[in-house]
Amino acid sequence: MSAGSLSLNGITRRFGDHVAVNDISFEVPSGELLALIGASGSGKTTTLRIAAGYETPDSGSVMFDGRDITSVPPQNRGFGMVFQHYALFPHMTVEENVGFGLEARGVAKQARLDKARAALDAVGLEKAGPRSIQSLSGGEQQRVALARALVIEPKVLLMDEPLSNLDPTLRQSTRDELRSMLHRVGVPALFVTHDQEDAFAVADRIALIKKGILLQIGTPEDLYDRPASLSVASFIGRSTILPAEDLGDVVAVTIAGRRRQFTATRPAGRAKLPAALVVLRPDALEIAGIEDDAGWRGEVINRRFTGGSAVYRVKVDDGTVLEVESGVMGLREGETTGVRVGREPLPLVAAE
Amino acid sequence: MKQGDTRKSLALALPVFALLVWTVVYPNIAVIAGSFENGLGHWREFFASPADREALWTSIVISLASVVGSLLVGVPLAFLLSRFDFPGRRVLRAVATLPAALPPLVGVIAFLFLYSESGVFTRAVQHIFGLTEAPWRLQGVSAIIFVHVYTMYVYVFLFVSAGLERFDTTLDEAAAGLGATSWQRLRYVTLPLLTPALAGSMLLVFMTSLGSFSAPYVFGGGIRVLATQIVSSKLNGSLGLAYVETTVLALSAVAGLALFRWLERKRKYTSSGKGAATRRVIKSRRAQIIAAVLATITVIVLVLPHLMIILVSFAVDGAWTTQVMPPEYTLDNYRRLFSEAALWRPMVNSLSMAVIATAANLVVCFVAAYLIVLRKFSGRRTLEVLVALPWAIPATAIALGLAATFNRNDLFSARILIVGTFWILPLAYFIRGIPLVSTAVEGSLRQLDPALEDAARGLGGSWWLTMRKVVLPAARPGLVAGGLLAAVTAVGEFVAGVVLYTHSNRPISMEILAQLRQLAFGTASAYSVLLILLVLLMTMTARSFEERMA
Repeated sequence: MSAGSLSLNGITRRFGDHVAVNDISFEVPSGELLALIGASGSGKTTTLRIAAGYETPDSGSVMFDGRDITSVPPQNRGFGMVFQHYALFPHMTVEENVGFGLEARGVAKQARLDKARAALDAVGLEKAGPRSIQSLSGGEQQRVALARALVIEPKVLLMDEPLSNLDPTLRQSTRDELRSMLHRVGVPALFVTHDQEDAFAVADRIALIKKGILLQIGTPEDLYDRPASLSVASFIGRSTILPAEDLGDVVAVTIAGRRRQFTATRPAGRAKLPAALVVLRPDALEIAGIEDDAGWRGEVINRRFTGGSAVYRVKVDDGTVLEVESGVMGLREGETTGVRVGREPLPLVAAE
Repeated sequence: MKQGDTRKSLALALPVFALLVWTVVYPNIAVIAGSFENGLGHWREFFASPADREALWTSIVISLASVVGSLLVGVPLAFLLSRFDFPGRRVLRAVATLPAALPPLVGVIAFLFLYSESGVFTRAVQHIFGLTEAPWRLQGVSAIIFVHVYTMYVYVFLFVSAGLERFDTTLDEAAAGLGATSWQRLRYVTLPLLTPALAGSMLLVFMTSLGSFSAPYVFGGGIRVLATQIVSSKLNGSLGLAYVETTVLALSAVAGLALFRWLERKRKYTSSGKGAATRRVIKSRRAQIIAAVLATITVIVLVLPHLMIILVSFAVDGAWTTQVMPPEYTLDNYRRLFSEAALWRPMVNSLSMAVIATAANLVVCFVAAYLIVLRKFSGRRTLEVLVALPWAIPATAIALGLAATFNRNDLFSARILIVGTFWILPLAYFIRGIPLVSTAVEGSLRQLDPALEDAARGLGGSWWLTMRKVVLPAARPGLVAGGLLAAVTAVGEFVAGVVLYTHSNRPISMEILAQLRQLAFGTASAYSVLLILLVLLMTMTARSFEERMA
């Protein structure tokens, strides 16, 4: 274990009969940003609360810097936490909020104010100090919550859906700010989100949780291009998932009677899969000429313009619908087009 | 707003305004005017009288002490019940609000039977320790405060419990995460956020204590407070002095109102998050035992007065003298209540007067609340103040105002003779019920999206149809809750009764007092039990009506 890293080892937490977190383990090294993603009710927030000390696991341990902190209460952990609705104290001003953690540590008033102002400066709210919490916009509140968590020089930073209350435009820019800010702080950072785009944009690594079980942990590229299972492949990104024949070196995909072969990747540690499924990402497919023999032919049933590209849903003769992202713009519903694989290797997962 | 709407608002508002000005404002003006009837003479008399100065001072001291005592009991109990789980929690939760169900005079009598020199508890202590004299006397300031805290801590308990229920627990977690100890969290986060609830309940306790009449009247001994001074001045025929005392009492109430309202306003915020409070289960064996023992004691203390009243209601009148417990028991007290017309009469009186007053409250307060919440017209603010006014004026002051106003027929000054007739008490109950019913109905109507009324009328609904199908159903929970509260208060009312009753409308509380004076404890208790049962019956009727409609 590296110095200053946070690790969860075999954490399980039950609420009555419901197993919210089921034997989850992972490590976040210092300076890394790990996103916990999953559907609502998957157990990601409970995992975060266990890391923060608000929940005690039924079994397993939480370690920080080589020390077991499982039973250390949150007030003694020295972690910074940003809550989903920010949990800013409504009866305090912005700088009182930011200074609260320092006050709890007995820092003298002037030093407290100076540090609080510096922290507000760092999040671009240098003038907001005397304002009331109610007068802030959602984005400003988010930054105050971040400043409040950072000013105590936390050993670990934890965030619960830090971006979910922001409007879409603000969200885009905040993602970049958040990522660079967290890298500057250089502590292990763990954040929970249900939005994979947030996770892709901000995190160094992503841990995908479903029904309390950790399905896969890895870089965003790992999860997208090398999913460990069908569940991961269908949760992450968009895809068409079809039965395929794993031939060892290559995979054979048959649609509407046309059999085509491509190079493939398998989940780590898996040899040839007896019942294989191929994951066709929209960006791995491309629009081809009608006569192109490398792929298939079908009718455009739906078209979505996304700015730099267009996403077409193409229905092949046997009823299979392929989703294709393409720079070719002109196609309309009802037209016939060719579709082929533009990027290899194709990910394979085992049928479940 | 269309011209027709404004006209309709005014047509509704004018009679309500006229009625409120006549019954609520006018009597107060009559009192103030009466206090100056010979220039500053009565006022000089007031400030020269050591008894009156003492009464003013004692009233304020008792009220503030009642506030402090209620906080000391109500706040810890609310925290204990909303934040922790322990054996006995449910029972304690169920009986915690019981004292508020006792009509004021009945609570006082129960304390008399329990804790006075000849009370069961006092004599038991005396017996156990072999004392020759009673270990204490239930008299004076401390006795009054004791009874006040017992009945009024419920306000603090309810307000703080509700505040804790709404409390956003992530704020507490955020503070913990920032390193705050549990004491720091309580001091800097939880308590400041509970300030509105605390101030609201403190105000309620202060106002109720200031106007409290039963406790000082029965336990006062040599102690004077303004509420009792007013009645005795009136009985002595010094009406002018009574007017001055009433004015001073009302002014103290208004000062208290301003103080606590200021405290409440100073800290008002809306919390965005929703609290998902989970109760911490007390795990340590020792703490569990301590909590269970404390809970048991509290439950006993809370239930004892009720049990005592029930027990004494079966005691033979006059037989209970120096024994710890009443020695002989009988069903005669109840038999007589139902068979002797003279004893049965007060029950009928109180009930019919409560029904009349509450019915009037429902009609007038519904219209007032409708105008306040759903109609935007220029007199809205004034109307709001008018319906809240009787709440800020102690009951003794209201009663005296009525006595001063409706004591003769004089159409020129808008006076009619009601004093001495049956109708004076229903009128007094009606006035006291106005703020209770209006607040409840306003609360219900505020939850109605104003757009709904517009939508209903946009769909072609006539004003009457909209009123019947949209506005009235929305107001219903408030009408039921407010009406219940008004009726319960009216049926057990004491102060206005003392000042205004006549032969034809003698209420239950006056009869209880009369029986008590004759040392007929059994009969007095039987009356009290019937009164409690009546309150219970009304509560259950209201609840089942609400359930059937909802």
